[in-house]
Amino acid sequence: MTATATAPARKTPAADAGRPLLEIRSLEKRFSLCGDFLEQLKFKGGRLVREQEYVHAINGVDLDIRRGEALCVVGESGCGKSTVARTVMGLLHPSGGEIRYDGTRIDDLSTKALMPYRRRMQMIFQNPYASLNPRMTIQQTLEEPIRLHHPDWSRQQVCDKVAEVMHAVGIAPDWGKRYGHEFSGGQRQRIAIARALAVDPEFIVADEPISALDVSIQAQVLNLLMDAQRERHLTYLFITHDLAVVEHFGTRVAVMYLGRVCEVAPTATLFATPRHPYTRALLSAIPRLEDDRPQHIRLKGEVPTPVNLPSGCVFHARCPHANARCREEVPALIATDGGARVACHAIEEGRLD
Amino acid sequence: MSLLEVNNLDVRFALRRGEVKALRDVCFTLDRGERLGIVGESGAGKSVAAFSLLNLIAKPGYIAGGSVRFDGQELTGMSDRALRRIRGHRISMIFQDPMMTLNPVLTIGEQMVECLKAHRRIARREARAIALRKLEQVQIPSPEARLDQYPHELSGGMRQRVIIAIALLLDPDIIIADEPTTALDVTIQAEIMALLLELCEKHNVGLILITHDLGVVSQVTQRMLVMYAGRVIEQGPTREIINDPQHPYTQGLMNALPQMATPGERLNQIPGSMPSLDNLPSGCAFHPRCGFAQRADGSERPACCTQVPGFVTSGNCQVACHMVAEMIERERIPAEETTR
Repeated sequence: MTATATAPARKTPAADAGRPLLEIRSLEKRFSLCGDFLEQLKFKGGRLVREQEYVHAINGVDLDIRRGEALCVVGESGCGKSTVARTVMGLLHPSGGEIRYDGTRIDDLSTKALMPYRRRMQMIFQNPYASLNPRMTIQQTLEEPIRLHHPDWSRQQVCDKVAEVMHAVGIAPDWGKRYGHEFSGGQRQRIAIARALAVDPEFIVADEPISALDVSIQAQVLNLLMDAQRERHLTYLFITHDLAVVEHFGTRVAVMYLGRVCEVAPTATLFATPRHPYTRALLSAIPRLEDDRPQHIRLKGEVPTPVNLPSGCVFHARCPHANARCREEVPALIATDGGARVACHAIEEGRLD
Repeated sequence: MSLLEVNNLDVRFALRRGEVKALRDVCFTLDRGERLGIVGESGAGKSVAAFSLLNLIAKPGYIAGGSVRFDGQELTGMSDRALRRIRGHRISMIFQDPMMTLNPVLTIGEQMVECLKAHRRIARREARAIALRKLEQVQIPSPEARLDQYPHELSGGMRQRVIIAIALLLDPDIIIADEPTTALDVTIQAEIMALLLELCEKHNVGLILITHDLGVVSQVTQRMLVMYAGRVIEQGPTREIINDPQHPYTQGLMNALPQMATPGERLNQIPGSMPSLDNLPSGCAFHPRCGFAQRADGSERPACCTQVPGFVTSGNCQVACHMVAEMIERERIPAEETTR
């Protein structure tokens, strides 16, 4: 039996129209800071105790990704957005919570059982200099995923598929004999996109795919991603810190802070009326081309370390609207009338509009 | 006379495969307290331009021609000994990566005192007091404690504040900042840029800001240069260039920004990519990517592909483009005829 045959038969579009393609439920990921058992032993108060410290990268993230949309996750470095992407792809194992793809739980599957899903979900990485194997030609790079997922295909079929994706991303077919280092950053990212498209995925996780590129090249790659979405009916999970790109590209936006989602909203709503105090500060910090802009909201202090998470709302120490409840109780995502879901006590209580 | 005058600066790198002309005919001036932005893609020569001002070009690179006059002194060809009195003292630099710039094995205080003692005959205690005052100026919380901390104990934003404090240590006339906020997050970037702007205005320090972010340039600087393939292609007041770019490349760069398109629509991309410096196209280096260099029938305009365009003045801006030159010429002739 081939790998593809084990994949659950695709349901009709009508049947799964209501159901999100990907559901993330109270996802958690901790990274241990201490080494093995002996390194964890500490001598305290005359006794030997075992002490473990963790980086709490994701702390209870709930997200739905709907079919055909581009969900953008934004946040500052260290907020856990890349960890979410990697956990969804199965590159990291979650410490808690679950991930459902098309209705099936995928976070506890074995490597073998995950294979059909790996074909349907592909990833594009930030740095195209690191994500292409320097010892493989472009042809080999693009053939590898096809051969892995379609071992029954003939040589001709594989070559045809490679030619098709190369054409789709605007790479001349005779470049196949060359190696990754012979290309510029923008061209390499095209090749990385071609590799993701080679197995006809339906869901693509893109982790800062254009951050390493120059401005004029960013537009080219972003156009390519949008064309691919239109032609192949792709769903994107798009990780970025560039809010201008989000405004242009995203269907919905999730704003993350210290491993939690603080606001999820349709893109236009979020940019027109940001609700969460952190979202407001983040949006006011974008350098604008216009002369007249509202003074940016200065936050107190810096992002706390994810090793010792603050109690209550993770943002309370820097929030101008925080009160006693914010310091104790973790706010949940609550739907507001604008279509946004916001995790903030001040908004829930009507202290802040 | 301007504080800094750069004329026809030419920088080359002598490589085994031939000479690479990294900078050609770069001219600009900077007045006291003025803030100038240098914009361009990677490889356009913005960093080389900044480094060559202080003759910081490492071999195999060398300054092949042109002049850099600072406060009446010629800096190109000046001895290292004499240059050292200007570097870090009257012109200081801020680099992109604060971790690379700070010495990891010295405390913040030691590095600041070292810098002061290198330029002035000053007692250690006095130097420490100056260092403390500068850290207060860059709004670092508990500056006293920071003096005895090592760079790794500070966050990225904090480190960049320390770098700014060091750059201001000897009250320079000009600060050259090479992508000072590229490695930082947006909220931290906004704070650092606001701080840099405030300090430059308060102490009347000139700023040369190198960046690829048009938003940052638009908010901080008064004038800007746009560079492409080693040449300046457009310069003038920042507001004028942002609102009404003349050169097709600047126009393309502005139009490619996601802010300029309707959400969800395709972006207006510039086709192709910047040529490598050792294989520049003839004539205007931008002509293979330029929509104006091609006539309606598909043939190329001969001027664009054979002749390097000179600067023409359009409004308060200087633009190096044949198309703009032609347009200005066309406007001028009818105007002269009617006055007759």
